[in-house]
Amino acid sequence: MAILLLADHDNATLSDQSGKALTAASQIGGDVHVLVAGKGAKAAADAAAKLAGVSKVLLAESDELANNLAEPLSDLIVSLAGSYDTIIAAATSTGKNVLPRVAALLDVAQISEIIEVVSADIFKRPIYAGNAIQTVQATDAKKVITVRTASFSPASQGPSAVVEDISTTAFSSLLATFVADAISSSDRPELSSAKIIISGGRALGSSEKFKEVMLPVADKLGAAVGASRAAVDAGYAPNDWQIGQTGKVVAPQLYIACGISGAIQHLAGMKDSKIIVAINKDEEAPIFQVADYGLVGDLFEVLPELQKAL
Amino acid sequence: MKTLVPVKRVVDYNVKIRVKPDGTGVELANVKMSMNPFDEISVEEALRLKEAGKAEEVVVVSIGPAKAEETLRTALAMGADRAVLVETDDAVEPLAVAKILKGVAEAEKPGLIIVGKQAIDDDSNQTGQMLAALLGTAQATFASKIEIGDGKATVTREVDGGLQTIEIKLPAVVTTDLRLNEPRYASLPNIMKAKKKPLDKKSPADFGVSTEPRLKVLKTEEPSGRKAGVKVKSVAELVEKLKTEAGVL
Repeated sequence: MAILLLADHDNATLSDQSGKALTAASQIGGDVHVLVAGKGAKAAADAAAKLAGVSKVLLAESDELANNLAEPLSDLIVSLAGSYDTIIAAATSTGKNVLPRVAALLDVAQISEIIEVVSADIFKRPIYAGNAIQTVQATDAKKVITVRTASFSPASQGPSAVVEDISTTAFSSLLATFVADAISSSDRPELSSAKIIISGGRALGSSEKFKEVMLPVADKLGAAVGASRAAVDAGYAPNDWQIGQTGKVVAPQLYIACGISGAIQHLAGMKDSKIIVAINKDEEAPIFQVADYGLVGDLFEVLPELQKAL
Repeated sequence: MKTLVPVKRVVDYNVKIRVKPDGTGVELANVKMSMNPFDEISVEEALRLKEAGKAEEVVVVSIGPAKAEETLRTALAMGADRAVLVETDDAVEPLAVAKILKGVAEAEKPGLIIVGKQAIDDDSNQTGQMLAALLGTAQATFASKIEIGDGKATVTREVDGGLQTIEIKLPAVVTTDLRLNEPRYASLPNIMKAKKKPLDKKSPADFGVSTEPRLKVLKTEEPSGRKAGVKVKSVAELVEKLKTEAGVL
């Protein structure tokens, strides 16, 4: 049977995380249909149709689906589920919100954040902040899966698949309504797809210092900016910058950790990066145990110097 | 309004876990256990709603071994009023947990169920969403702010691009994220008082729920490790190495 991939998008653009989830779906095997649910989401659907390995795009548009609310979206997925034996999505905030609801409505387990497809029903997933890797076999007739996208490469472009309109207005009474989005806009790359990430910790000391010292280096490198939980909790950086066990999980080519001690919860979010650089005053900081290149020093001196040297 | 808060006993967040050499799981013997940090945030939020006059009673529930009573006593010492222990030695998957919690919710009829967004042991991030599905209620996951109104709640959620605010009909399930609050510590007198607070014992069978796993765990192994690299002496040396040796600049 076929696989249904829930696309992550903001109506105008398709998130590149869906292309990585598609790679996982293709490894499971079978026809992959992509569901684009939203409003005015034709552009996202067209982008999904151009990904290699997609045999059909289902476009469902309605007011209820405009803001990725879990209740109508999971009702829609459940109504389609009969034709699929696997329902899969990237483990983005939308995928993590919606898919467990779908799984419970279908009375099946969810397999969260897979990092490897071993076979059509066997997967590897991290537990304990990535300090152990579990190999699990699904026994339910239908599989509901979220994908840790940092572990899969993006699907390439392919011949255009057909986009089928499945719009519906049949939704049960509204349990939730959308009020507002406060989405940060930035010219910098997104954390999930950036090739270089520079990330700051509590040692930055304030929101002003964080901006003053980190951002010029980020701009010079064309890097995305991340933060440790401590820095986000202290208000030095916004929540969507947090990298770690319960924040974003990233695997860029280069990760530069500045003033981050390296708690296991933070390492869980970045230790699959290709090259890790640690800049820290404390030469005993655990971050140095995972860093390819360590520089012991005061980041308020090192970072301006780095900016000049680049 | 009554609030229901599920809490889970997990390996303390400061413990560096060890995988058993035979690949059958993670070493749990003689390891410090605590309340899942996200559940502490849930308990705290329920207590604050009560203190603000938005909720009357805070009921905490745990599904787990007899020792999960300690976790419930911690929640009672923080200020929860009553506890339910659904005792089982089985490893209970999120779907079965949600089914048991549905049974508890049908008996307790809470106006709001506050669930930690994820347990730091299995990192599933499923239970709250599954519970909302089974109860047929709204869900507001990854909450950083909860405002209770008349028959509804306005919840600000931490999402990938920033924040999203939604309004949900009550009763509903909210799952908590890190920035919602900073949990209190229990005072010694409150720890003493908590020993006398009511704690009901139940079993999964009382709710007609089977804890039979749906996922077969074939193996548990260490992740491929990373070795410490080299220390560089200067920024110039760092940039040089990143350019020539690592080839990432």
